[in-house]
Amino acid sequence: MAPSEPIIEARAVEKFYPQPDGRRIEVIAPTDLAIYPGQIVALLGASGSGKSTLLRMLAGLARPSAGEVLWHNRPLDGQAPDVAIVFQSFALFPWLTVLGNVEAPLKARGESAARRRKRALKILDVVGLDGFETAYPKELSGGMKQRVGFARALVVEPEVLFMDEPFSALDVLTAENLRGELLELWLDRKMPARAIFIVTHNIEEAVLLADRIIVLGRHPAHILTDFQVDLEHPRDRKSGRFVELVDYIYKVLTQPKIEHALPAVGPPHAALAEHHAARYQMLPHARPGGIAGLLELMIDRGGRDDIYHLADELAMEVDDLLPIIEAATLLGFIRLEEGDAEITPEGRAFAAADILTRKLLFKDAALKHVILLRQIERALRAKADRALPDDFFRDILDEHFGEEEAQRQLSTAIHWGRYGEIFDYDAGGGRLFLTEP
Amino acid sequence: MTTPTITNAIFRERAKSRLIDLFIFGATLAIFYLILSIGRTWLGPFTPAAPISRNPSALPAYAAYSLLRIAIAYALSLAFALVYGYVAAYRARAERLMLPLLDVLQSIPVLSFLPGVMLAMVALFPRREIGVEMGAILLIFTGQAWNLAFSFYSSLKGIPRELDEAARINRFSWWQRFTQLELPYSAIGLVWNSMMSVAGGWFFLMACEMFVLGSRDFRLPGLGSYLQTAASAGDTQAILWGLGAMIGVIVMLDQLVWRPLIAWSDKFKFEQVESAVTPRSAALDMLRLSNALAFFQRKAVAPLNERITLFFARRADARSESEPASRWTRWAARALAAIALAGIGYAVVKAILLMAHLSGGEIGELARGAVATFLRVSVALLIGAAWAIPAGVKIGFNPRLARVAQPLAQIAASVPATALFPVVLLVLIQVGGGLGIASVLLLLLGTQWYILFNAIAGAMAIPSDLKEAASVFRFSRADRWRLLILPGIFPHLITGMVTAAGGAWNASIIAEYFHFKGRILSTTGLGATISHATDTGAFDLLLAATVVMAAMVVTINRLVWRRLYRLAETRYKLET
Repeated sequence: MAPSEPIIEARAVEKFYPQPDGRRIEVIAPTDLAIYPGQIVALLGASGSGKSTLLRMLAGLARPSAGEVLWHNRPLDGQAPDVAIVFQSFALFPWLTVLGNVEAPLKARGESAARRRKRALKILDVVGLDGFETAYPKELSGGMKQRVGFARALVVEPEVLFMDEPFSALDVLTAENLRGELLELWLDRKMPARAIFIVTHNIEEAVLLADRIIVLGRHPAHILTDFQVDLEHPRDRKSGRFVELVDYIYKVLTQPKIEHALPAVGPPHAALAEHHAARYQMLPHARPGGIAGLLELMIDRGGRDDIYHLADELAMEVDDLLPIIEAATLLGFIRLEEGDAEITPEGRAFAAADILTRKLLFKDAALKHVILLRQIERALRAKADRALPDDFFRDILDEHFGEEEAQRQLSTAIHWGRYGEIFDYDAGGGRLFLTEP
Repeated sequence: MTTPTITNAIFRERAKSRLIDLFIFGATLAIFYLILSIGRTWLGPFTPAAPISRNPSALPAYAAYSLLRIAIAYALSLAFALVYGYVAAYRARAERLMLPLLDVLQSIPVLSFLPGVMLAMVALFPRREIGVEMGAILLIFTGQAWNLAFSFYSSLKGIPRELDEAARINRFSWWQRFTQLELPYSAIGLVWNSMMSVAGGWFFLMACEMFVLGSRDFRLPGLGSYLQTAASAGDTQAILWGLGAMIGVIVMLDQLVWRPLIAWSDKFKFEQVESAVTPRSAALDMLRLSNALAFFQRKAVAPLNERITLFFARRADARSESEPASRWTRWAARALAAIALAGIGYAVVKAILLMAHLSGGEIGELARGAVATFLRVSVALLIGAAWAIPAGVKIGFNPRLARVAQPLAQIAASVPATALFPVVLLVLIQVGGGLGIASVLLLLLGTQWYILFNAIAGAMAIPSDLKEAASVFRFSRADRWRLLILPGIFPHLITGMVTAAGGAWNASIIAEYFHFKGRILSTTGLGATISHATDTGAFDLLLAATVVMAAMVVTINRLVWRRLYRLAETRYKLET
């Protein structure tokens, strides 16, 4: 572990929402996490995995439902930690100029006008924004806006700099450029922060920047692995070790139930999460068209491929690709082995079929493997008029998922059901019904 | 040589800005004088039924009186809206009570507040003119405050999460949060709702400046009372003079206040990219040239704001952030809530006891009136929709027509319908229609514009590729309306109809009961009952009629409009 004492330490923090019937929906399982000085820590996970909530609990913006957050060994509640956040949406005040935005946090700290001006100008110089002091955010490009975001965060000289997906609203080139500059500021110690905590769903970004990576699993959020990155800066995306680490994280994310060993070289430091008891089957939010596209691409590439390569080929974020891979696996169209995906005979047949046959094959696979669709179909068949209100199924799902996720589950199920012509849905009346008697 | 021309240009600019400064200085002086002299009359002894002159030469002074009343009422409304919206948005427990309350308050017609407000104010200042003045101002307030409060509340609720977090993580004091986040974010909504509120003020001016309450006759000098006096006397010339003065004041306000405000508030638009068209105002451009204003801003406003911000920032820094409310404040809040609840409970019991005296005949009158007014409002809405939707769509689809028609319609709409009533009545009575029919027309006068403007906006918002698809597939006329236009304008149309319906209910109290040429014209209806009850001081009937009207409006809102609204938001939303 890191030698010094942690700046921020979370002890068994949890987030859950109590339901009216006394049960709770758990969003974040009890989690321990510490931020040490001198480190860039990356928190990786798919969207909706609770990583942003975790960040907000560490930053003191959200209270954990249970457990506590310590700031220099003292409980956080009641005192404001010395932190700043760079937001995904930039969160600049559009009615303030660049200078006004950067001075605002200093104003809140009661700094005099002259000192405010001096500090703001200095930091604007550091992030390369001199000359833009009087511009309004809407006049700036995305990259420039996020520079203002950096300046506003750094001007208060925070002990920990939090970043919530700071580059994901930017185009690829701008993001790459800004990442490089951030690293430069950090490595050259031009940045006042003693630690950086960055939340991201971009695996390469994490491996490129972080000294330590924590990978988060879903439902509820829990730490899958937590390891030190043993690479020197500047890092080469093409180097063997880089690719190995990216591959490893892919494996952890795609097959969380299997224990993977961190490829040796550095000291292995994988704190593996306990195995989670079997839960209600969860539908990945992928569209049948996306699944077919993935299968076609895999056939083109010989029927078996490394997931990392696939993502690269498709120029997709893991966030977007994961649900498709999960869905194809769930339907029995592909098999996952050691970070590789292999197409099954069923998958091959599905990819090769014409549109009508595809629908039939999809229906067979869905009714065979997807519990929710099977439940819906049986329930509808049991009714004399072959129809049921969607609220009926929403209630069932509510027992297993949060309200929002239950709705998403139902939407995905309806989409799949319509595609496979298993049942149809009348959005106006909110009823599901069988098309054939 | 170029230098002399540049010097010339600078010189001309400077001369222009001097002129503007001089103008601003003069205007400030004039306003000061006006307030002083009006204030003197207000503090003067009470003259119960001041004679209202019908001489046009009295109009400038009357206009000033009315304007000041509306301005003070608006300032009160704004202050109320900020406090009410703030508490409702940030106190979850209060929100549950305050939001439905706002709904009910919005549905109570202005006249129903009249007796309570007036008697209280006159009791407070029995010997001074200011009592009646305050009463009139509070009445105008009751027509202005609610939509402002609702606008501020929903703006606060709509603040994007990350913006809120940026303020919280940077430990903004409440003052900095208010001035740098909350107020700017709600500015545009507040400006538009302010325009609507002040328009509402003009609408009810006639009712608020001159009325009979039981045996007492209240008259305040102003444009509203001038028009009403002219109408009572049947003096067509005076009516036209009064109408002209009112339109003049409204157009002036539009140019000197609202347009500059809209252009200025454009900078608070919450957008990440600059939009192509920005509203402009000549008056605002002039003000921006002024040296005096810039000096004032630099030397007085900015330092003051700086002082206040730093004061609150340092105070917040000194005491810890989320320190729980002390026991005393909690007990005080509880005690206040208990007192308020007890007061409301007492009032409800008293009100029920009062209404228990109603005779069977009066209850029958209420029921008949409710049905009649409901029908009248519905018919007015239908007629309004029948002409305004096709016209609005036609204008909206044709940019060239829109450029001509829209400003004209805006001026027409800005004339308060109440001021037009006497003119319409004059015509109708000559033709030979009774108030039963005339009142529908009067309701229509006030409500059709909301429908028209929203139909125009809706038609303009229909994407042109959809229109092109309709022509490529050769939709028949009926199909075009059924498949493209009506679904396309639906969300806007619902907004327009809701506003129109609310306005129509409120206007019924004036449309169904009218002092004209020395006699009272009235027809069966809830509005007439309310007006009549106010006139005769029959408080039990007034209360009962108000309760019935508020209940009907709230019920219709819940049962019809809110559902249509939800439908508009889900199925008929044009998403990009």
